[in-house]
Amino acid sequence: MPSNAFLLEERIPAGCHHALLLKRGYALRLTDLSGDGNVGLLAFNADERSERYNMADTLKAQHTHKLALGNVLYSDMGRPLLSIMGDSFGWHDTICGTTNAAMIEATYGLNDFQLARNGYYRNGRDGFLMELGRWGLGRRDLVPNANFFSTVTVDDEGNIGLSEASYQPGAWVELRAELNVLVILSTAPHPLREGPAAARTSEASRMPKPGLPYRTEARRHEHATATGNHSRRRPLHGPHQRRAAGAPRGYGRQ
Amino acid sequence: MARINAGQRVRLVDTEGNEAVDTFFFNAEDPRERYSAVDTVRRQRNVYLTTGTELVSNEDRTLLTIVDDTCGRHDTLGGACASESNTVRYAHDRKFMHSCRDNFLLALLNWNEDFSKRDLGPNINFFMNVPLSADGGLRFADGISGPGKYVELVAHMDVLILISNCPQLNNPCSGFNPTPVEFLLWDA
Ligand SMILES: [Zn+2]
Repeated sequence: MPSNAFLLEERIPAGCHHALLLKRGYALRLTDLSGDGNVGLLAFNADERSERYNMADTLKAQHTHKLALGNVLYSDMGRPLLSIMGDSFGWHDTICGTTNAAMIEATYGLNDFQLARNGYYRNGRDGFLMELGRWGLGRRDLVPNANFFSTVTVDDEGNIGLSEASYQPGAWVELRAELNVLVILSTAPHPLREGPAAARTSEASRMPKPGLPYRTEARRHEHATATGNHSRRRPLHGPHQRRAAGAPRGYGRQ
Repeated sequence: MARINAGQRVRLVDTEGNEAVDTFFFNAEDPRERYSAVDTVRRQRNVYLTTGTELVSNEDRTLLTIVDDTCGRHDTLGGACASESNTVRYAHDRKFMHSCRDNFLLALLNWNEDFSKRDLGPNINFFMNVPLSADGGLRFADGISGPGKYVELVAHMDVLILISNCPQLNNPCSGFNPTPVEFLLWDA
């Protein structure tokens, strides 16, 4: 998709937070530039913010605990907020929530603002709250989030684990708003991530213009695969791929 | 809704078997702190609740611990039934059936009108069987509970317990026949 097809592009560094209003019919593409990223997502009906993404209703209505192409993110009022219209990744986590400051310190060590200035280690809970607060929301609205680009598997006994399949540089997912949606994002590490994490850089807020057919992108994608010019999961927008190579490193790789 | 003080024990008994007991907790002193299904799952690295499970709050603190369980496992990902989700899952004519969300909202608002829908999150479904599969699936299966099976918890802080004995008739979570549950509370 030519870059001028996007109304807005934003690169969200590792560990940060971001929010945007996605009007009904507009789409948001998230791209995991490093392959090691995680994008926590909360979604609210922008016109009635007590209506919000509901993990349990999303799971039971679709008999799934993963999100993938064709799934929708249901609100608690039985309506789709976001639809997954495109997905190179295949299995996004819904059941692990996000990190907090104590978890990040236990996993990555202490690296606060006094030590590291803006390189400090951030966490998902605080990031979500800082963004929720900007929109008049708060702790009561911090419900279980979806985690894009993180695959969590469950065995027969119910034990969970973060899958190696989560590492997919260039993976992308496209979400279409079915109502006017307030989308809140956190690029903090996935809560099951162990040890010093690799670079985490996610690119978000890439909104195709309304009415731009999603299938155009899909066909281009298939064509690229067929000609062997790109690996299956490489995104089409090459310039961003190159930018990712020079992106600042995330936690643990400074 | 009832208050459970730190150190007290609570037992829920599935008197006739195959019931689903939708349950939620708040910190009694600060109800903005509440039960968190995802933090509970994340801390124990397992999706099913049973003896030894610490019920974790959204502030990552332990609200209660399950200290006895003759059923074997309990769900925390299926959420509470609601007219809205019943309509999505089954049919529009199910809209006016009774639901756990109705019970939850009525109990919350009767307790204190500072509560609202915003204070609810995914709850625990004691005695309910919601198996997750290795290929990413989730389903509501026939119950594994039976008459007289129970689960017992000890409170680590003063909490409020919110219970709806599930009136769902659209899936096997209550065996298509909701039956009584017994609620016991005592000083340990
Ligand atoms: Zn119910």
